[in-house]
Amino acid sequence: MNDWLNLLIGLAMGLNLVALGTGRLPSLIRVAALQGVVLGIMPLVIEHELRLLGVAVAVATAAIKGLVIPALLRRAMRTANIDRDLHPLVGFLPSLLLGAAGMIGAVVLAHRLPLLPEHHESLLVAGSLASVLTGLLLLIGRSKAISQVCGYLILENGIYMFGLLLMHSVPLLVEGGILLDLTVAIFVTGIIVDRIQRAFDSLDTRKLTVLRE
Amino acid sequence: MRELLLIIVPLAAAALAAIWPDNRTRPWFLPAAALAHTLLAFGLLLFPPAAPFHAWFGCDPLARAMLPAVSLLFLGCAAYGVPYLSLRAERSNRVFVPAFLAALGLMSAAHMARHLGLLWIATEAVTLSSVPLLHFNNTPRAFEATWKYLLVGGTGIALSLLGSFCLGYASLHSGGAGDLTFAGLMSQGIHLSRPWVLIAWVLLLVGYGTKMGLAPMHTWKPDAYGEASGIVGAMLAGGVTTVAFTAILRVRAVVETAGAGVVANRTLMVIGLFSVLVAALFLLSARDFKRMLAYSSVEHMGILSLGAALGGAGLWAAFFHVWNNSMTKGALFLSAGNIRRAAGGRTVDEVSGMSLITPRSAALFVMGLFAVTACPPFGPFFSELLIVKSAFATDHGWAAAFFLGCLVLAFFGLTRVVFAIVYGRPRQAARETDPRFRETLAVIAPPALLLLLSLLLGLATPEVLRQAWTAAVQQLSSTP
Repeated sequence: MNDWLNLLIGLAMGLNLVALGTGRLPSLIRVAALQGVVLGIMPLVIEHELRLLGVAVAVATAAIKGLVIPALLRRAMRTANIDRDLHPLVGFLPSLLLGAAGMIGAVVLAHRLPLLPEHHESLLVAGSLASVLTGLLLLIGRSKAISQVCGYLILENGIYMFGLLLMHSVPLLVEGGILLDLTVAIFVTGIIVDRIQRAFDSLDTRKLTVLRE
Repeated sequence: MRELLLIIVPLAAAALAAIWPDNRTRPWFLPAAALAHTLLAFGLLLFPPAAPFHAWFGCDPLARAMLPAVSLLFLGCAAYGVPYLSLRAERSNRVFVPAFLAALGLMSAAHMARHLGLLWIATEAVTLSSVPLLHFNNTPRAFEATWKYLLVGGTGIALSLLGSFCLGYASLHSGGAGDLTFAGLMSQGIHLSRPWVLIAWVLLLVGYGTKMGLAPMHTWKPDAYGEASGIVGAMLAGGVTTVAFTAILRVRAVVETAGAGVVANRTLMVIGLFSVLVAALFLLSARDFKRMLAYSSVEHMGILSLGAALGGAGLWAAFFHVWNNSMTKGALFLSAGNIRRAAGGRTVDEVSGMSLITPRSAALFVMGLFAVTACPPFGPFFSELLIVKSAFATDHGWAAAFFLGCLVLAFFGLTRVVFAIVYGRPRQAARETDPRFRETLAVIAPPALLLLLSLLLGLATPEVLRQAWTAAVQQLSSTP
């Protein structure tokens, strides 16, 4: 079971690097969506026996992270009719190098932390930290509002991976609430994106510079 | 049961307000729900329940020591909200009023959450419900502020979720059953895995510290407070920050029983003093009087953090300061809202001579300035004095000296801006703005009453509050 899980985590970590290296907005959204689907499969692999609850969580995660949110983002992108190139604040090569360094750092750190015996072979902690770092890097290093939302999604994906460590012990209420909050957050963000667009005729947060000291 | 009403009443009022058809009468839901909430909150303060309602959730001594202050501030804002929204009759308040009420219900839930996950959900929900409040003005500047609030606040809150999971893993690692209630975590005490507890503390402090507005995570604050209307600014500065402070205190208690209390206190002290310093430096160069209030809020969050770091008497003083902060910030934001409306500008370059145009609001603003800069006999003077005293008592004389130095700088910064806009000759812009604005009783009474409460807290601190704060200190420092 751990082999399959680690394969999926490896895939998610690879997608992090793709997200850092991509120069086009649609492909960034696609990467975030794909990572969401990969995350959705993970609970199925972790459970020893398939229970209705586990399947429901998996399907809900994959649907929301992989379909609903990317669709919202695409709609925002289309209605705003924005330039599809990313214009990074931190270049693609430096982002990739930083991302790779972060990934190595995450693996090293995960090895030094005390883990439960059943998590020793798992890459969950490393994958989670790497995704959080990638998300932060995208938040800082990309100027478009939608690409920042994608960064935020990848950050949340990392946190979700960590949450899988606690899947057996944290009551489902918490997980449900988390998923709900995420959706609402993105939804609200979508509205804001829409309003920025109308007010500024652009989705470039670099133009959000009226308020400063 | 009474605890549940604190959440249900505002949320039900929010739902009703959302379907209420009339734009003109809808704002009356604000004071009605706020009054009910305040009565309930003070009922719980005077007649505390014997035991918390549920293991996950209930009015424990900590919630009892904090929530009535927020409720009182909300009542002031709600009363001010009726005349404010009637001045803005051209804009629909179908979203604003329900969102404002929902924020109150969710803040009550966050104060009373005794479960790490529940606390996080409530805090995130408060953040989301304040988004429509921030861009009520619908200007490009308001959108910019909202975007920054959402991005910085969202990232912070995401990191605090990661921190919550780390704390959960610490419990799991030491053989716990994954019980994420604070009582459950504290009962594991010293057995919690130390590396995970430390990681969790850093993430949770950064996360909830962002919400609270501690430097260097305060960057959203000046924009949000600068662009939001007075009642929203007051609610954010006196209510939402209190939610985050309560969260940090609950986590700190767990970290302390896990044997990392010294680390926690040291980080709180450093981040608190840094916040006070950053706020003082920015205050010296502030030109916009609403952004000035934001930096003043950063300063007061730093003071709370410093008080919490000192523990014992310092923590007691921090609870005292929470009340003072809520009352004085309410008075300042609401009177600043009046001045802003009458002046048609917000920087010292555009506004002056407001003592001639809005004499009552200007007088309140100046008195609020003295209150917030801790001049006697207002409440903040006594709470800050207690913090300084407990710093000396615990051998942190250097911290007290640094703190006092920053307070002097902040005093210079604040008085410079306030006197520049209050005195002098009125500018042309002010004579042409909003002829509808009059200093009626409805817009003067709420800030005046909040200021009066700040004065009363200083001169005659009610015995019941003293006991509530003592009980809260005991709850946080008890080692089972």
